[in-house]
Amino acid sequence: MLKMLSKMAMCKSHGQDSSYFIGWQEYEKNPYDPIQNPSGIIQMGLAENQLSFDLLESWLTRNQDVIQFRENGGSMFRDLALFQDYHGLQAFKNVLVEFMAEIRRKKVKFDPEKLVLTAGSTSANETLIFCLSEPGEALLIPTPYYPGFDRDLKWRTRAEIVPIHCYSSNNFRITESALEEAYEQAQKLNLRVKCVFITNPSNPLGTTMSRDELNILITFAMTKNIHIVSDEIYAGTVFDSPKFISITEALIDRKLEKSKMWNQVHIVSSLSKDLGLPGFRIGMIYSNNETLIAAATKMSSFGLISSQTQYLLSKILGDKKFVKRYIKENKKQLKHRREMLASGLATSGIECLKSNAGLFCFVDMRHLLKSNTFEAEMELWKKIISDVGLNVSPGSSCHCSEPGWFRICFANMSGETLDIAMQRINNFVNSSTDFCRDIQQQPPLMAAASSRRRTIANWVVKLSSGDGRTLKDGI
Amino acid sequence: MKFLSKKATCNSHGQDSSYFLGWEEYEKNPYDEIRNPKGIIQMGLAENQLSFDLLESWLAQNPDAAGFKRNGESIFRELALFQDYRGLPAFKDALVQFMAEIRGNKVSFDSNKLVLTAGATSANETLMFCLTDPGDAFLLPTPYYPGFDRDLKWRTGAEIVPIQCTSSNGFRITESALEEAYQEAKKRNLKVKGVLVTNPSNPLGTTLSKQELELLLTFIAKKQIHLISDEIYSGTVFNSPKFVSVMEVLIENNYMHTDVWDRVHIVYSLSKDLGLPGFRVGAIYSNDEMVVSAATKMSSFGLISSQTQYLLSAMLSDKKFMKKYVSENQKRLKKRHEMLVRGLKKIGISCLDSNAGLFCWVDMRHLLSSNTFDAEMELWKKIVYEVALNISPGSSCHCTEPGWFRACFANMSENTLNIAIQRLKDFVYSSARDSDIQNHQHSNNTSPKKKSFSKWVFRLSFNERQRER
Repeated sequence: MLKMLSKMAMCKSHGQDSSYFIGWQEYEKNPYDPIQNPSGIIQMGLAENQLSFDLLESWLTRNQDVIQFRENGGSMFRDLALFQDYHGLQAFKNVLVEFMAEIRRKKVKFDPEKLVLTAGSTSANETLIFCLSEPGEALLIPTPYYPGFDRDLKWRTRAEIVPIHCYSSNNFRITESALEEAYEQAQKLNLRVKCVFITNPSNPLGTTMSRDELNILITFAMTKNIHIVSDEIYAGTVFDSPKFISITEALIDRKLEKSKMWNQVHIVSSLSKDLGLPGFRIGMIYSNNETLIAAATKMSSFGLISSQTQYLLSKILGDKKFVKRYIKENKKQLKHRREMLASGLATSGIECLKSNAGLFCFVDMRHLLKSNTFEAEMELWKKIISDVGLNVSPGSSCHCSEPGWFRICFANMSGETLDIAMQRINNFVNSSTDFCRDIQQQPPLMAAASSRRRTIANWVVKLSSGDGRTLKDGI
Repeated sequence: MKFLSKKATCNSHGQDSSYFLGWEEYEKNPYDEIRNPKGIIQMGLAENQLSFDLLESWLAQNPDAAGFKRNGESIFRELALFQDYRGLPAFKDALVQFMAEIRGNKVSFDSNKLVLTAGATSANETLMFCLTDPGDAFLLPTPYYPGFDRDLKWRTGAEIVPIQCTSSNGFRITESALEEAYQEAKKRNLKVKGVLVTNPSNPLGTTLSKQELELLLTFIAKKQIHLISDEIYSGTVFNSPKFVSVMEVLIENNYMHTDVWDRVHIVYSLSKDLGLPGFRVGAIYSNDEMVVSAATKMSSFGLISSQTQYLLSAMLSDKKFMKKYVSENQKRLKKRHEMLVRGLKKIGISCLDSNAGLFCWVDMRHLLSSNTFDAEMELWKKIVYEVALNISPGSSCHCTEPGWFRACFANMSENTLNIAIQRLKDFVYSSARDSDIQNHQHSNNTSPKKKSFSKWVFRLSFNERQRER
């Protein structure tokens, strides 16, 4: 019997079968708990910021009135209960743009009239694509990228993604040739390119884009006359130098405020990562393009932020002293955690991509692969989940062009749990070493295989260097 | 090259409809008892402002709910991190029980079949994404909520084909109207995927009869299509006949083990019953696993804030309070409804007999200068600018007959409602006077329309005199 559902409902382009989500499911079946399930799987695949809740909780304790809807001796409940204006709570937007500017070291100033509120950046991203592209048109996205984009940007919008391949040989930086190649690939596929979509700071890399990269990007977009969407959701998690340069800052530095490009650049942000509040669904779109803002505002009807939440956050972000303190403390915590993870991995002979932002490291486990293939990466990943008991995200789920890279989160568990995770990795790596030693002692069966074994053995002695070989993105 | 998408630059968000224009006019000159007593009174907003005192006192007595506490312990962290698109289990459980309560517990709902969304606006669009491919059509009985043109069609690419209902039978849905709509869609080469009804109806304020529901089920069974029942006003039924949910009829008519069971989907929200449109609480209920699965993933694009889910899970779980709330709320709605109906009747204006909703469907056909939509617009503009009331013209609701207007009664104080009625009274009398004067001046040219108008005025003033005695 014909189901009579839409193609959209029946297809798989929600991307939910990706390993990214499967790992999550495995974790849910057997979640680690220090007391109740100490041998369970530790969740390291969730980019959440759990490090600074104490600050928020103490703010709430000091401001009970706000959460009980009380203001100046009266109740805000009624007004908020009725407030469904898709222009958003003015008081909230006002402090939100100031917060955004604060994070960007006040190098840019934002206008609340150019801000559209949405239920999370998931909603913001989809809405932007609805506004920018027709079904079948393409977005260029640098790899590796957040697995959720396959669903958020393509599913209901019917847009296409063409990857801009980035490689470890230059630390996954975006190059002019990579951009050109991607554009030509889109032409070959008969797809009209509408925009370049970047995440800055990057997920999963944890790096901020350099000024050079931003300039290359802007020049490219100007030449091709396309849009740039900059998902800056991790802007508040920059804990180390180099400082964060927003795309707006780059445009201003190039004196492009009066150019066409000024209306072709759109920013997405959210409070899910900076403030660690993904449950509250606070996202936003910022653009100088009036037509886009008008359309996006109406579209936000399909995902408005609860007025109760808008009100609470307007008060939190309105407390400037608290915000300054929070940002500073949060960065300190993130930096410390990142160091814990990086050094913990280093003792196991595993390197991380040098990074200064985000809630995760992009980890180089190429030397642990049986072969330089994505099948080997999957094999290793499954071992890490089942034998090591860690849910990490394989690079292939992020469309990485090279096998062997994994994203590992560090801000969504306690320090003790992170230590345990590091210990487990150490144990795993040491047992792998034993395994390698056994193989070395056997008579060499095939000449071709021996060089691979040697590579693994070499790793035991020194840190892997990574040869930057590339593989066609066949996945 | 087109720079933004067609969606971003076109007009199918429907925002140029008079429904929204009236709203804009109101915003330029809004009535305020003290600061702007001559301003426009908003009667175009279907909001329930009658029972906030009940909610506020509950909140005062239960500070944990808004305070991120459960049994005195802070759960702020847990809520701040909770973004699971399957929704807060405690909230879904409380919500399905509340939904059952509203339906007199004649039906029970399974929280696993419920998908939470940021408002019914999101729920309706999501269902369309799940049920239609671009270019497919849904049949909707007229008149219908103006927002549907945007919510159901804009980003989905779906089409709406109206099921024409007329005042001749109280705007009830008939078999022939359904069939006609289906044929119309066929003529336009549109594949019909389903029927969407709002029950209780917006803008009619009536509940669908059992016969209408049975008719609908027979129809969708025959055509092998879906039925969406937007039951957003189900908690606002203040008079008999009692609300009959489509679920109830499905069970009674033995559809449970047929494929029709999987093709009926309900939309719900707390915006009307509880008067909380700002909190964005909507839901889809479906027996079709695939729909639930797809809709759940799609809800990522419009999740309900966990802060709000928690607050409402606590409130809805207080069954004693909710019972009291629903009963008191319905009492107050009934009273307001009577006020408006009586007040209009006194000035010779009748309303469609209704038992639910936050508005009346008002018959102003006799006030039209001609039986046309142009005349309706003319009258509407007069009402907005001269009478200073923002009401919704039937044409904005796709009504097939000119002269009907939707006037809301639950979004202002009693005082304001009385003033609104008074203004209309003044308008009607002065119109009658003007018409009389015109008639005297053109006594040779009295058209049948004018004759009936002045007859009505005579009847009206006669009634008034009688009452005064």
